[in-house]
Amino acid sequence: MSTAVALLRRPTVAVSLLYIVLVVVLAALAPWLSPFDPSEQFIEGLSMEGAPLAPGDIYWLGTDLLGRDLLSRLIYGARTSLFIGLVANGMAVLIGTLVGLTAGFLRGWLGSALMRFTDLMMAFPALLLAIALSAIFQPSVWIVALVIAMVNWVQVARVIYSETIALSARDFVAVERTLGASSLRILFSHLLPHLLPTILVWATLGISTTVLLEATLSYLGVGVQPPTPSWGNIIFESQTYFTSAPWLVFIPGAAIILLSLAFNLVGDALRDELDPTLQGRS
Amino acid sequence: MSQNDSQAILSVQRLSIEFGAKRVVDDLSFALYPRQTLCIAGESGSGKSLTSLAIMGLLPKQAHTPSGAIVFENRDLLSLAERERQQLRGKDIGMIFQEPMTSLNPLMTVGQQLAETLRRHEPLSRQAIAKRCREMLEAVRMPQVEKRLTQYPHELSGGMRQRVMIAMAMLCRPKVLIADEPTTALDVTIQAQILELMRELQQQYGTSLLLITHDMGVVAEMADQVVVMNQGRVEEQAPVRQLFATPQAAYTQKLLAAVPVLGSAGIPEDLSQQPALLEVRNLSVRFALRSGWFEAGKNVHAVENLNFDLRAGETLGLVGESGCGKSTTGKALMNMLAYEGSVKLLGQELNGLHGDALQRVRRDVQMVFQDPYAALNPRKTIFELVGEPLLIHDRLPNAPRRERVAQLLHQVGLPADAMARYPHQFSGGQRQRICIARALALNPKLIIADESVSALDVSVQAQVLELLEQLREEQGLSYLFISHDMAVVERICHRVAVMYGGQIVEIGRRDQVLHNPQHAYTKRLLSAVPLPDVERKRDFKSLLQEFRTPSPIKELGFVAPVQQFVQVSEEHAVAT
Repeated sequence: MSTAVALLRRPTVAVSLLYIVLVVVLAALAPWLSPFDPSEQFIEGLSMEGAPLAPGDIYWLGTDLLGRDLLSRLIYGARTSLFIGLVANGMAVLIGTLVGLTAGFLRGWLGSALMRFTDLMMAFPALLLAIALSAIFQPSVWIVALVIAMVNWVQVARVIYSETIALSARDFVAVERTLGASSLRILFSHLLPHLLPTILVWATLGISTTVLLEATLSYLGVGVQPPTPSWGNIIFESQTYFTSAPWLVFIPGAAIILLSLAFNLVGDALRDELDPTLQGRS
Repeated sequence: MSQNDSQAILSVQRLSIEFGAKRVVDDLSFALYPRQTLCIAGESGSGKSLTSLAIMGLLPKQAHTPSGAIVFENRDLLSLAERERQQLRGKDIGMIFQEPMTSLNPLMTVGQQLAETLRRHEPLSRQAIAKRCREMLEAVRMPQVEKRLTQYPHELSGGMRQRVMIAMAMLCRPKVLIADEPTTALDVTIQAQILELMRELQQQYGTSLLLITHDMGVVAEMADQVVVMNQGRVEEQAPVRQLFATPQAAYTQKLLAAVPVLGSAGIPEDLSQQPALLEVRNLSVRFALRSGWFEAGKNVHAVENLNFDLRAGETLGLVGESGCGKSTTGKALMNMLAYEGSVKLLGQELNGLHGDALQRVRRDVQMVFQDPYAALNPRKTIFELVGEPLLIHDRLPNAPRRERVAQLLHQVGLPADAMARYPHQFSGGQRQRICIARALALNPKLIIADESVSALDVSVQAQVLELLEQLREEQGLSYLFISHDMAVVERICHRVAVMYGGQIVEIGRRDQVLHNPQHAYTKRLLSAVPLPDVERKRDFKSLLQEFRTPSPIKELGFVAPVQQFVQVSEEHAVAT
């Protein structure tokens, strides 16, 4: 409990959490909160020349190329992006941590096999893999999340692997062995807490790359299928009109950056709070 | 003493150093005279290293000097611009650091590094530079100079690397040489070589030496004048004889009393009738050396055919220099690595144990490591750490575990409220007490102490040794005490085994082995220990020749010749 209180006392954390809660609430209550149907194309949403409208009175954040309300699309898009960001990245971190930890701790032939497989995955072009996987399975949000996790876990595994090796060489791990501690105990009680900072950094930083990768996949037609909006595909649909309608790129872009920044700041603070050595001598 | 008729070459006047608001060096003054050696002695946190960095102008950015002056040849170094200081560094003031490996650039050959230093300060021709480098390496008694010039640091031994460091520092014939713990990371015989070398160079080049050390033995061997520092303040400043004969400050007296002096212990308590607790027979440890796919493999023979007994209630010292196999022996006894031969604890064979049987043995044999901070998981509280063996072996519930941990902490002299705190909130000595408490948790019969007091300051070291001794008597413990420090071993051990090249070369009662050594290696080792006694300065000249250690790397199928032992007296055996 004291950790939570200490966290909230940091102003940056309070603001970040506020933003995350806002996005979550918007996503959850999208049907009630969004002013328009995100897929409806409004005739009056386009100018006489057929160009999208800038932010104004009726359409607060303007409209897109097809005359749809940007605010409504953003609110609905938060559902997809948040889901992909949390689920896909969570899966990637989980798989990566398990593989890295197992390989780094057990070493031997199993460790080598796991890491060679990781290297293989790393060498394989990520997009090609994603496209191949999406082509095999029927596209849905879950499949997209799975595909992204399959591509993203390798970096996590690499980092966790090398950290585990370094940690295993430390004296306190040797001590645990002499005390008769089991491997599971050493892994979960002694190694994992030390890996937490790294895991948290990946868990928060990874969200933004995940959201962007989803956008890329959507752009290539193998991601979230239109007309379902996601923050990523809003940007990609509009990027060629960047000069004439900058709000279509800037606003969803800002939403993505703020979200990953918020997660990142919370993760950073959480890491500091959980490390007893940073609280000084008493 | 010629102090009065010559002027000080370097003088530090009322110097203070602060980190933020924290004063780490307070009102320090001393003067270094030409051709003299000044030792700054002190324990960790005394501010001695910061002083040397201040003189070199290498203080970390956060540190500042609110008052004082460092005067070198009538110039205040603190007021010089960085560019002028750069010209002084290396040219007029040279410095040697503690770690010879990390202080040398691993990507440059010895010759390149020496030449670079010289080129920076003196406009000499290529040939002249090469000549000076060669001469300097000869001056530091480097064997095979031509070959060394083209070698990289990793190809040299620790002692040779430190010789290169000295050569580099002396290359421009500096007027002042600052040596910050120059021999702390080295084995005792190598330390003796380096100390002797510094004495010789000082004679030859007339350099003034500022030597920073924690080792009162080194002080006695080297110093003319001594400054004793404690927590940033000068406790005492005196000529070396006076300091050792009649120390004035209470701190100095305490410090000198805590230093173990080799040769001072008498005949230990007689335990020869006690039953053997641990019987080690033909213990060998080999590591396979990985080579290419088509090459024949090789083995590192780390420990070769070890035989010894450890009696109940006894402390057996295992001494030797780095690489002699003493720590490997400890790990083998803990079943932390595979070995050949037989180890019996109270008649039960330990080799090949696993699962539950090994778990039961772990109760009886515990280990205390060298670095207490590294051995304690920094993210766990003391309660979790000390209570962990009780949880693993007995699944002891929270309440009785808390009670037992409090009792253990009390035994090692720590307050019960330590339980809720984390390792980083304790000092080095306290941390080692925590490690000892953890090792005691399961009431073991044998504790393997691997360099357990080596990382501690002498005064703390003395307290921990006392604690170990007291626990041995109270709990009927036995210790296998692995150490490189002869004086500490003499203080605590009943018997001593000297290891060299993976084998025991001499074993016997402490007074027999340490006061009447028979094996050439034991003699050499003992003659290298600096004594904290000014009247018995040692002559290390005979040690300057490199002693060839046989390589432990052997072809597959190599069988070591069987050692023959001669019984010197009832308990004292020496290898021939």
